[in-house]
Amino acid sequence: MNPYLAGVLLGMVLLVSFYLTGRGLGASGATRSVVIGAVSTAMPEHAEKSQYFSKYLGNNQMKSWLVLEIAGVIIGGFLSGAWAGRLKLKVEHSPKISPRRRIYFATLGGLLFGFGSQLGRGCTSGAALTGMSVMSLAGFVTMMAIFGTAFALAYFFRKNWI
Amino acid sequence: MGPLVPLQNISNELNLLIAFVIGLGFGIALEQAGFSSSRKLAGMFYGYDTTVLKVFFTAAITAMLGLIFLSFVGLIDLDIVYVNEYYIYSAIVGGVIMGAGFIIGGFCPGTSFTAAAIGKIDAMWFVLGSMIGIFIFGETYSIFQELHMSGYKGAVKVSDVLGIRDGYFALLLILVASAMFWLAELAEKKFRRDDITKEI
Repeated sequence: MNPYLAGVLLGMVLLVSFYLTGRGLGASGATRSVVIGAVSTAMPEHAEKSQYFSKYLGNNQMKSWLVLEIAGVIIGGFLSGAWAGRLKLKVEHSPKISPRRRIYFATLGGLLFGFGSQLGRGCTSGAALTGMSVMSLAGFVTMMAIFGTAFALAYFFRKNWI
Repeated sequence: MGPLVPLQNISNELNLLIAFVIGLGFGIALEQAGFSSSRKLAGMFYGYDTTVLKVFFTAAITAMLGLIFLSFVGLIDLDIVYVNEYYIYSAIVGGVIMGAGFIIGGFCPGTSFTAAAIGKIDAMWFVLGSMIGIFIFGETYSIFQELHMSGYKGAVKVSDVLGIRDGYFALLLILVASAMFWLAELAEKKFRRDDITKEI
């Protein structure tokens, strides 16, 4: 799809979310709910003692709003990929690197993104995109920090991509 | 008058159904934009594919103008719409760590879900990694708590900082985004990589 058209589509989804719920979109918050759900099932006392996780205990984490939203994202992504003929089980990587190296870096990148999203109170969806739409200073600062750092480090990781 | 869930009597079940339907739209928009490919997303930082910038700013401006319009015609009460709170240091340091995760991992959390949904195994590992990262943050919170909570400024809006009306800020952002779109189109010509773009 034309990127500007895709942007308008994404913006309309975001606007509908604001109109219906008063909040925008999110992604890392759903992952946190799953992590807390797992920790509190496996080690209930540990979760309650944890200064951070205990903030989010109480109601059933797996049923939370963001988890259902992300369930929709996964099904929506699957339907869109099926429609476009893009469904394929594979490790996508540059021909210059091995699939194993790609998986190591993907896991490490995910780890950093997960950690940073908790410190920064949301990821590209909830902090940057949603924050910018409501003109939040936090949204613009987080967006500039994410993209500025990725640009600044691009040279050092160029072998993985180009 | 919206937003509907906080202002009207919406049941919890209906609210969760709304979450799922909004998620469907979010997932379709991300996947249609091509964000289920890490090599497309990473193209932003090498100039051969600037879809990320185009989609990101078009989406933010669309939603921003939509909110201004809905507020103008009295369909939404902007005082109830959540504005992200600003904690100076954690926003910057968290953003820097996320930026490193982006160039190393090639996804952000939202895009990793759509990529995993169409079968990208690297995206599934990214999702697993993000769970580990969140777990580590929770376990080491005592070390980072001060950084996480310091420099609190409240729900500050850029338009307030600049001392201009919301509509003028939206106009300013449209002008800045237009200039960036022009540069992005130039970059895609200068840093063209047909060998990569034909594969993604």
